[in-house]
Amino acid sequence: MTNQITDTEAGTSLWQDAWLRMRKNKIALASILVFTITCFFCFVIAWFCKDPNQVNLANKFSGPSSEHWIGTDALGRDLFSRILYGGQVSILVGLIATAVSVTIGIIYGALAGFFGGRVDAIMMRIVDTLFSIPFLMIVIVLQAVLSEWSRDTSAWIVTNLNWDKGFTDRITNVLPLFFALGLLGWLTLARIVRAQVQSLKEREFVEAATSLGLSKLTILFRHIIPNTLGPTVVYATLTVPGFIMYEATLSYLGLGVESPNSSWGILIKEGANYLETNPQLLIFPGIIFSITLFALNFLGDGLRDALDVRASKD
Amino acid sequence: MIRFIINRLLQGLLVLFALYTITFFLAKAMPGEPFTTEKNISEEAKAYQRAIYGLDKSIFEQYVRYPINIITEGSFAVSTSKGRPVRDIIAQSFPNSLILGLSALGIAICIGVPLGVISAIRKNSWVDWGSMSIAMIGICVPAFTVGPLLQIYIAAHLPGLKVAGWGSPVDILLPALTLGLTTAAYLARLTRGGMLEILSQDFIRTARAKGVPSNKLITRHALRGGLLPAIAFIGPSFAALISGSFIVETIFQVPGMGQHFVNAVIARDEFLLLGVALFFGFLIVIMNLAADILTGVLDPRVRLDSNQK
Amino acid sequence: MPLLEVNNLRTYFHTRNGIVRAVDGVSFSVEKGKTIGIVGESGSGKSVSCYSLLGLLPMPPGRIESGEAIFDKNTDLLSCGEKVLRTIRGKRIGMIFQDPMTSLNPYMRIADQIIEPLRLHMGMDKGSALKKAIHALDEVGIPEPDNRITMYPHEFSGGMRQRVMIAMALITNPEILIADEPTTALDVTIQKQILDLIKKRQQELGTAVIFITHDLAVISEICEDVNIMYAGRIIERASANELFANPRHAYTRSLLKSIPAHQTKGEKLYTIPGLPPDTSQTIPGCAFRERNQIGDQSKCLTDSRPEFKEIEPNHWAQNCPGCLS
Repeated sequence: MTNQITDTEAGTSLWQDAWLRMRKNKIALASILVFTITCFFCFVIAWFCKDPNQVNLANKFSGPSSEHWIGTDALGRDLFSRILYGGQVSILVGLIATAVSVTIGIIYGALAGFFGGRVDAIMMRIVDTLFSIPFLMIVIVLQAVLSEWSRDTSAWIVTNLNWDKGFTDRITNVLPLFFALGLLGWLTLARIVRAQVQSLKEREFVEAATSLGLSKLTILFRHIIPNTLGPTVVYATLTVPGFIMYEATLSYLGLGVESPNSSWGILIKEGANYLETNPQLLIFPGIIFSITLFALNFLGDGLRDALDVRASKD
Repeated sequence: MIRFIINRLLQGLLVLFALYTITFFLAKAMPGEPFTTEKNISEEAKAYQRAIYGLDKSIFEQYVRYPINIITEGSFAVSTSKGRPVRDIIAQSFPNSLILGLSALGIAICIGVPLGVISAIRKNSWVDWGSMSIAMIGICVPAFTVGPLLQIYIAAHLPGLKVAGWGSPVDILLPALTLGLTTAAYLARLTRGGMLEILSQDFIRTARAKGVPSNKLITRHALRGGLLPAIAFIGPSFAALISGSFIVETIFQVPGMGQHFVNAVIARDEFLLLGVALFFGFLIVIMNLAADILTGVLDPRVRLDSNQK
Repeated sequence: MPLLEVNNLRTYFHTRNGIVRAVDGVSFSVEKGKTIGIVGESGSGKSVSCYSLLGLLPMPPGRIESGEAIFDKNTDLLSCGEKVLRTIRGKRIGMIFQDPMTSLNPYMRIADQIIEPLRLHMGMDKGSALKKAIHALDEVGIPEPDNRITMYPHEFSGGMRQRVMIAMALITNPEILIADEPTTALDVTIQKQILDLIKKRQQELGTAVIFITHDLAVISEICEDVNIMYAGRIIERASANELFANPRHAYTRSLLKSIPAHQTKGEKLYTIPGLPPDTSQTIPGCAFRERNQIGDQSKCLTDSRPEFKEIEPNHWAQNCPGCLS
């Protein structure tokens, strides 16, 4: 039996604690696995697959075969590789837009929470106002504005920098979308970070740092923000599937990525046209899409439960 | 309470203002010429429009003239893509969108909230796991997958249900269901979370110590506080319903404002775009206000403290 | 026959990390109109014992492994079933809790919360219940009760809220009042007021009181009999006077020694070394052995539980040779 008086327990950091708790959450672990496998397929295996844009009208709507593992679509293109390549765009949009959102959100929220008073009141009023605006509506118009810009920029790059047209087209087509989504999705995170910063600001370690002569901004960035990472990570994980969904919605409306790029949204839209005769064209992309979103959502939930110290929800 | 409402109304005006500004400048920034259905708009009408909206003047003058014209003449200009006054287009399509939106919200509340409450009461039982899994489906499966699936596998087989169209009341069912499903899922999760949070509070223990039976415990003591997160979501959820309507109206051929908005963007029809956007904004402000008032009714701390903020 | 007689209560929590023996064989009794105290550090099981009596514990992890609690000669609270228990809770046994800020429902008016036991247990109509409630508030010293009764909890101060809780718990004139650390969350000046209030109401109504606390000073103020709990067991029991004059068990003596007011000025404050034991591990032998500095640690029992014996007339203690003076 241990000697309770002289033994001291090794402290566990917040992250170690969280990881211990996560390990017991089987669904969250399964989700990590599923998402990793999906990414692996979309980004690694895809290179070894057929060209997703190779049209072959002679072989349309074919069923599974050794050549085309899930068959082909309305234009004879290999469905399997279309799903993988589509995944690249969808997942990248989710991740990069989230990164943009998170960056803006953290900086905005931290500044508001830290400086408080008038500054905070105004900044939060702005957030509250923007919150009520239908996100998608603005993104749709913004996309319309940006798509022209992207075409012009692409043309400029091709002529002046001599990049490959196909490659440049694909990038400039997708890039605005990342920023349009990211630009408008930082609101909730700003609120979360601000609340965290506000409560952390009152804690003693900030007083200690101030008395050591650290400037306010240094304190903010080096001490406070790292402590806000918990809720930020949770929120970021839950935002990714949201953005993937937005991209799919935009693509469905014909306002998202354009060919030669494809995304899961576009695949689902194309598939919906043939639902009665060839349901697999909708169902396969639909299933992969939903499973990925499931995984990310369950993972986010798991992270939230693991990091929430009060965790009385389970 | 009155102060609270006024406070929220002012906030709403601010939202409308922000919405108008953002949409206006974005609309003006849209590249390309608006399509015009030449034969539908006479030269005089075009000239008139150009004059009172200052289309040949500076952008700031146009920015100011538009709302002034709404107030003074009640006019939202003429849609260049449809050749009709925007006001008429909105008047025709608004009721449909409203019915669709409110039905979807109604379905969402009727499915989501009870599901959340039951899940919280029977935490970790199969009811809980089942409901939350269904909720997850609502969040992860997009409307443009659910919609077509419902069309093919339900509407096509049940008599009386059209696959698409908006003729009889029963046509509301499938689109409202598709639109409301995601909101139902969020409401279920939020209600469950809110109820669990409340049920773990000390005052529930006090109530049990007083001998209050379980059903009264839930309805009298827990529900008020437990529903708050869900109610707080109703405001923003309306924005989500509006976004969703863009898709659902297209799939089910519902002649609502959502379709008009998307088409307006594609056709570079600034006035139709602005008109619809403002109308949506107006709806959102009303819904937010309603949700805030409901919150104020249920949570006394909110309504009594708002003047001390 | 005492009003409440608890025999050998054992409440365990079956958690993922093991079985926590929060209450491990506790027996005590409460006489009509008397005040008994249950004293102990956090985790000693003092609150859990009383929650077990009223069925207020979450029952999936918690389980009453054994014991009986005979109330009023013929009802065993631990086995009578939820329906019967609900007729006793709030009506014949009332309870007040530690934190008045969180123990009242912030979404309901005080009026609705106070009249609830009256309408529930006595079938009163709203009008008469309201009158009685206003009267109850007056008796606990709330000024302008007819105005204040329509207010919400957050409009009251901490001390006032606790008064409201007391009024609410006593409104049905229960035979027993269980007070779970009612003064711990309050300012020192308010503490005395609340204690006096409890004493006063108890005398007026003839209620028996079970007072749970970790504060020995409070015990000396208000309790007639005292039970000292440690690691889920009662280790000493005597009347308050006897206990303070003649503490026998090493733990009790250590506790009394730790009271700052009793120590010499300028000297280092005495504290009991170490931490209370982890009740998820079984403790063979004397639970206090590891921290026993004041007695003779080497003589403490190591393989059998010390027996709880009456070592002097009306003075009981765990019979551990290393701990008893």
